[in-house]
Parts: sequence; C-alpha cells; structure tokens
Amino acid sequence: MQICIYPIMTYFRGVWCIMEKIIPAKERLIKSSKNRMDGELRGKILVILCAVIMISATISITIFLGTKGLQSFIKNGVSLIEFLTSTHWNPTNQANPEYGALPFIFGSFAVTFLAALIAAPLGIGAAIFMTEIAPSWGRKILQPVVELLVGIPSVVYGFIGLTVLVPFVRAHVGGLGFSLLSGMIVLSVMILPTITSIATDAMGSLPKYLREGSYALGATRWQTIRKVLIPAALPGLLTAVVLGMARAFGEALAVQMVIGNVRNLPSSILDASATLTTIITLNMGHTTYGSVENNTLWSMGLILLVMSFAFILLIRYLSSRRKL
Amino acid sequence: MVTTYLEKESTEQTIQTTVQLHMEHILKVHNLEIFYGEKRAVNGISMDIEKNSITALIGPSGCGKSTFLRSVNRMNDLIPGARAQGEIIYEDLNILSKQINVVALRKEIGMVFQKPNPFPKSIYENITHALKFSGLKKKSQLDELVEESLQKAALWDEVKDRLHKSALSLSGGQQQRLCIARTIAMKPTVMLLDEPSSALDPISNAKVEDLIVELKKDYSIIIVTHNMQQASRISDKTAFFLSGDLIEYDATEKIFTNPSVKKTEEYISGRFG
Repeated sequence: MQICIYPIMTYFRGVWCIMEKIIPAKERLIKSSKNRMDGELRGKILVILCAVIMISATISITIFLGTKGLQSFIKNGVSLIEFLTSTHWNPTNQANPEYGALPFIFGSFAVTFLAALIAAPLGIGAAIFMTEIAPSWGRKILQPVVELLVGIPSVVYGFIGLTVLVPFVRAHVGGLGFSLLSGMIVLSVMILPTITSIATDAMGSLPKYLREGSYALGATRWQTIRKVLIPAALPGLLTAVVLGMARAFGEALAVQMVIGNVRNLPSSILDASATLTTIITLNMGHTTYGSVENNTLWSMGLILLVMSFAFILLIRYLSSRRKL
Repeated sequence: MVTTYLEKESTEQTIQTTVQLHMEHILKVHNLEIFYGEKRAVNGISMDIEKNSITALIGPSGCGKSTFLRSVNRMNDLIPGARAQGEIIYEDLNILSKQINVVALRKEIGMVFQKPNPFPKSIYENITHALKFSGLKKKSQLDELVEESLQKAALWDEVKDRLHKSALSLSGGQQQRLCIARTIAMKPTVMLLDEPSSALDPISNAKVEDLIVELKKDYSIIIVTHNMQQASRISDKTAFFLSGDLIEYDATEKIFTNPSVKKTEEYISGRFG
C-alpha cells in the first residue's frame, strides 16, 4: 500500500496500483448483492437437483416394488413360506392355485453361480494376461475385444445362443438343448467383459513396488502373480466377480431365449429351467394387473431387488477390505 | 582369490588379466552402457566394487546411478525397451549375459528400494515369502531364518511379539528394516540399496544407517543416496555420476575432502544438483 502512494517504478506496477485504488477492499471482498456468486448458486442448484432426482427415483422404485411385491402375501394370502420353498407353480389352476417360486429362485441362483464359475477364471486370467504378461500388445488386442463384448445387445446374445448353442448342446451333450447349461454359457460370455475390465483395473492399480519387491527377492513371474499380486488384488477381483454375478442375476432376455422356461426344478444341468427374470418377462403381458398371479410376479421382482441390494452390500464390504 | 583387474582394450584380456592387490572385488563393471529405447542413460562406465565394503553412488537425479544399480540384479529387465551393453563380472560370469537365470541371480544379489515395500501380509510371511519359493518348507527352518534375519536387521526385539500381525502396521522405518531383513533371509552376497532411507524420518534413518554399516561384515553393499552426509558417514568408496558418466570413483574420504575433478567438488559443496 505504501508503495502505491508514490507513483512509481514501472508502468505496470502503476496501473496495478491505480486499479487497486479505485475499488476499495470493502467493495471487493465483502459479500454484497453486486458480487454475489450467482453462477455458483445456479450450478449448485443444478447438481443438487440431479442428485435429488436420482435418489428419489431409486427410493420410489424401492417403495413401489416393496408395496406391490408384498401384496401377494398380505392381500392375497399367499404364504411366504410356500412362495419361497414350494416347487409347485400353478397360478392358473382355478380350484387349487399353487404359488411355489422355488424353481425360479433356484434357476436364477444356479445360472448366476455357474456363469460366474466359468467367467471368473476366464476374466481374471485375461486381466492378468493384460496387466502382467503382455501389457503392451495383449492389452491392445484384448481391450477392444472386451469393449465389443459389452456393446453387443443381450437380444443378440440370446439369438446366437438360440440358433447356435442350443442345437449344439442338443446334438453333442444331450437333452433338449434348452437347458441350464445353455443359459450359463450365454450368461458367462455376457458377464465376461464386466469381470475382465474390473479385474484389469484391480490388477493394474497395484503399486509397481509390490512387483519389484517380489522380483528383487528372486521370485519368478508366476510366483509373483500367484503369491503377491493376486492376494493383494483379491478384494478388487472379488468385486469384479460379484458385479458380474449381479449382472447375470438380473439378465432376462438372453437367458429366456435359451433356458427353456419350464416350471420344474431342474435335476441336472441339461434340464430346461426358468429364472425369476424369465418368468416375469414371459408372464407380465398376459396376467391382469392386480390379480394374484400378477402380484406374485411383483414379489419375484422384489426378490431381484433384494438380491441386488445384497450384491451391493457385498461389494461395499469387499472394497472396504482393500488394504492398498 | 585376491585380485583386481587392469583396464584393457579387449574385454577377453580384461577378464584374464588380473593383478594381485589388497582388496577383493565382488563386481567388476566394464564399459557398461544402458539404454531406455533410443535414449542412453549410462555411458560406458567401468568400476570395481569391493567385497565387504559399502560403495555409495551419488549424483543429481537422472544421472544414471539408479539405472546402474538396477542393472546389477537385472531389475531393468522389467522395463520394456531397456537394454544393457558391456560387462558386469560377478565371480567370473558376465551377469548381463542372456544365459543368466535372472531369478537365481536376484537371490544372490538382493535389492532394497526407496519406498518401503512390504507385501500386504504378516511380518513373518514377508520373510518366508521368498524362502518358500526357493523350496524351503520346514517350519523349524523357516522360524530360525525369520529370527536370524530379523535379528540381523535389528528388528527382532521390536516385532518378536507380533510376527503374525500385518507388516503394514509397522512404522516406515520398521517396514524398511523388514525389507532389509527379507533380503538378508535370502543370504545374498551383494545387497543393492536404492535410497533406502530417503523416505524415512531422521531417527529411522539413523537406525537404517547403523544397520547398513553392521551388514558390511557379511555383504557387499552398493547404496544409491541423495544424502551427501549419509554417503560420507557410511561408505568406504564413493562414485560420483553425472549425466550417465562416472565422473569420479575413489575412497570416500578422498572424494569428500580432496576430489580430483572440479565437477565433483562443485556437486559435493552444493553448487549444483
């Protein structure tokens, strides 16, 4: 300030001082209507609005599905125990309707776990190949492959499954072709990119010094991968598998096209089956809104929602265990 | 074998021509050049590393000293595009040769890094980790080696009650001594230390320095350091690197009191770098 009183050393300095003189600190720095940060406020409102819409959509869906899904038990008197444990699904029988959804619940879990069983080793293996074995050219080839797999619509997977896989299974493995086996193969291809890309991130985010530490002790590459990198990345790898399973659990269209959609509990992997999602998509069109059968479909939807919450909780638990 | 070598034009002659002297040399570097792709990081350096002594490598960042250090146990192999020419003779073998089993080499020439890098496992497992790879399975033997190496690394008293706790629960200085301990457990002949105490507080630093001096009895140590006091305190010989060249290599005392090259004096007195 002192300097500014005397006009001055350099031209620029002089300009700076004059400008400072014109607007006193009080006007420049104290909040007023003139310098209120309007843009700031508008931006804030905009993003809050986005967040509120998302949150309220989620909450509304949960509430809606909750009330609709519980109606079959509360209003229609379907026994929850029967719904979850009985294997007899016969809602259209006028005299003695049965609402046992166990075959579908079982079908959903079966295809999900079986698909994960195939896709997890493949996806994690591909991730290790991309990050550890051939980081340059391996990644260059596999990355687009993975992205392409994500982009293929599920109806196309189903269509290919229906025209290629089902006849193949029928001819070479046995059964009708429409089976748990076909469902699990189609699903495993569908969740492969999810598992691969997340597992690649998990492996790739491991610090370089872990690898170096192991190599410097005379460990081979495979020993390093198996004993240091995989254990260190395990929470991330499990998250990848769980996310893949969540996707498999909710997939409807592709599975519906190859699984056969029968009401019976499958006794072997070659038997046709059905999942919660396929039963909902197949029956929602021809049941009357408000009827008992329609309400039980909502109950199945509720089970799907509860399961997706469970998957999310599992993922949260796993990522909280990440140590590095 | 009490020998050193005289520099000669032909490399074959160099290996054969040895002259009796006082000090035994564990490593003989001859005309070593290291490239990262097209870029040359080390320009044909030659130096002999004495056995059971501490050799300090000093120089400004990017001068090639770490690159040189990492070539001694072939850690540069992990960097795509890195290659080395020339010779590093270790017990009459050129360890830069393609025929070298780098995994076996790294067991004999161990390395400790700037940032303490324990595995996210227990203290005990951090040490047995690499031992198990070398085929050691018996628990009694492992227990013994864990205690022995932790003793040598001056960490035993601090961790003996919590060997099965996570290594990540240790302080930075303890972690670094654990990393030294797990290298010791492999019973190497040479230990390469890449700024081992630069990430530590002064007290941990002092402990690590004491440890390094103690280890000189059993191992030949090459240490890269940015800390001039550290180099002068603990090392027997000092090599000054600048832009990939070895400017001066001599007894530490001579380097720090009466260097023969002007650049060395300027760097040591802090005029650049």
